[in-house]
Amino acid sequence: MRKYLHLALGVAAVVFATAPFAIHWAPYEVTMGLVQKIFYFHVPSAILTLVWALVCGVASAIFLFRKSKYADYVAVASAEMVVLLGSMMLVSGPLWGRKAWGVWWTWDPRLTSSLMLWITFLAYLLLRRFGGPGSDKLGAGMALFGMANVPFIYVSVNYWRTLHPQTTVIPNLVPPMAGPLWFAMLGFLVFSLVLVTLRAQLEEQRDRVEALYLAADES
Amino acid sequence: MTVDFTRLGVHDLGRSFGRRRALARVSFACEAGEIVGLLGPNGAGKSTLLSILATLLKPTTGHVQYGERTADVAGAALRARLGMLGHDLYLYPELTARENLLFFARLYGLADAEARVAHGLEKAQLAERADDQVAGFSRGMRQRLALERALVHGPRLLLLDEPFTGLDQASAASLVARLRGLRDDGCLVIVATHDLDVVDGLLTRVLYLRQGKLVAEEPGEGGGGALWERYQRVISHS
Amino acid sequence: MTDFFRIAWLIVKKDLTVEIRSLELVLTTVFFAALCVLVFAFAFVEEGRALDHAAGGILWIAIAFSGTLALGRTFERERQAETLRALLLAPADRPALYVGKLLGVILLMLLVQVLIVPLVGLFFQAPIFRHPGLLGALLLTGTIGYAAVGTLFAAMLVRARSRDVMLPILLYPIAVPVIIAGVRGTAAIFQATPDEPMARFWITLLLFFDVVFVTLALWTFEPLMTE
Repeated sequence: MRKYLHLALGVAAVVFATAPFAIHWAPYEVTMGLVQKIFYFHVPSAILTLVWALVCGVASAIFLFRKSKYADYVAVASAEMVVLLGSMMLVSGPLWGRKAWGVWWTWDPRLTSSLMLWITFLAYLLLRRFGGPGSDKLGAGMALFGMANVPFIYVSVNYWRTLHPQTTVIPNLVPPMAGPLWFAMLGFLVFSLVLVTLRAQLEEQRDRVEALYLAADES
Repeated sequence: MTVDFTRLGVHDLGRSFGRRRALARVSFACEAGEIVGLLGPNGAGKSTLLSILATLLKPTTGHVQYGERTADVAGAALRARLGMLGHDLYLYPELTARENLLFFARLYGLADAEARVAHGLEKAQLAERADDQVAGFSRGMRQRLALERALVHGPRLLLLDEPFTGLDQASAASLVARLRGLRDDGCLVIVATHDLDVVDGLLTRVLYLRQGKLVAEEPGEGGGGALWERYQRVISHS
Repeated sequence: MTDFFRIAWLIVKKDLTVEIRSLELVLTTVFFAALCVLVFAFAFVEEGRALDHAAGGILWIAIAFSGTLALGRTFERERQAETLRALLLAPADRPALYVGKLLGVILLMLLVQVLIVPLVGLFFQAPIFRHPGLLGALLLTGTIGYAAVGTLFAAMLVRARSRDVMLPILLYPIAVPVIIAGVRGTAAIFQATPDEPMARFWITLLLFFDVVFVTLALWTFEPLMTE
């Protein structure tokens, strides 16, 4: 386990060290110019926000119905990752929006649903922190409901407002731009995987410390 | 499915809340026809133990056996055989005494709800005040009503948490008599209490709890002196 | 199955009896909802005229806020003498308990709406009688969805610390689709030239929301309520 983690950390380090050059050498987009480069940062964080949110929902369901402690550790770790990556996405997005649409924020479906997803997971973390004993279970319920809510938020905001570039942009990207994008994506993926694994392990250790305290109490 | 049992087995039971251990490695067994006393200072884990026995709380370690079964397997059918009188009385103050009992009798799906409720009101000496709201009752009256609420479905295992609090001597004596009657009917009664003088002579067995641990187990009578003397001896020496 | 509805009805009947005796929830919640409408009137009425589309938004905010209050109080009442423990101790189907509490909350919220819908009509010149069927369907489906999520969260928060603040924190992010659908649907009815297909679309969305979240709540109630 440790060996793989070191390896993954190495890969992430190499990607993060070299990605700036790859992004620098990628061609300038005609209309957006330099701002388009945000894309290599914004898209991976956005996609991975959704991926980790899904992981958290699935882990929460497993914890709730199978009572697996490890699933709960993974759920906490991935929820924190959602908030972290979501923050990156929400900071980098408006920079793009300012140039593309002339406003920092707009109530477009994708923006609004991302914001709501981020807020749902902030609420989850608040519950875990301040809910007192039993909040692990309550959090699992919250994550599950938050998951089921994503399509509803999307559809409802879609009918309410619509500016964000369609996702069809990515498959149709010219290779000189697609290369750096996927490269950056790899870096983000590997790095977040390392962080989540470490965070889940930390949570496990914390549980073990609690158990040891209890055992020490007894003897 | 009906579940019945005459024996309660507690094996290595433990429960912790975060870093606080409420109960540690408690094991004992008892039979129908016994009145078991749980004695110990505040925070000894008496209420936690009762909650676990009532299936309201899951233990972190160990398990409880109701006859052959455990709570995980039997679930609702097992809960139909349990009665609990908590420290908070589990009564709706806005409802009348009769409505309270009827509500719970129907919730338990009892066929002869009305008859049982009338019987319960009689036993609680509340027949005349049956249609008054519980909000206007004294602590003693509520306590008697709450006991009948816990007994309305004729449970096999009766769990009582401080049932003597707020009772005057006459009410306490009638509660003691009621518990004796239940024991003779084959009910297994477990009572957590501080009122040592009242239960002296009632208990068939005494379990002493301290800081979540079972520190001693004694027969109800004999063993030298009144119950409070024995209590002092056990709790200060453990 | 008949047992399921018998238990649920038993809970509803008990809650109604308690409420009729005390009137605490009805009176406080209605008053609070009316105050909400008033406060928003001060914000959104200029020179004697309400801003366009303000009516629908104010109506649904009042529903959401007063709903939170009602949910919190409903379960506080079950906590006072720990009666919730007694309910969980009964051999009854746990999801039936949920449905019983849910119906009680829905009834209370609908009762509040009976008062504040005319109030919104009065203060903001909203044409509340233009499409009573559509408006009613919108309010009903929205209330069911909101209460379905709220009842589950309020029930599971009964034992949690800082439950008063936790309920809105957890409930509002999940209830966003209900608010959007309610506000947009109401606006579609109230606007100068009403847009019926739009209102129907929002009602359909709310129906889907209700089905998904009631199912999910029934499914998770049992594991969430065991300590």
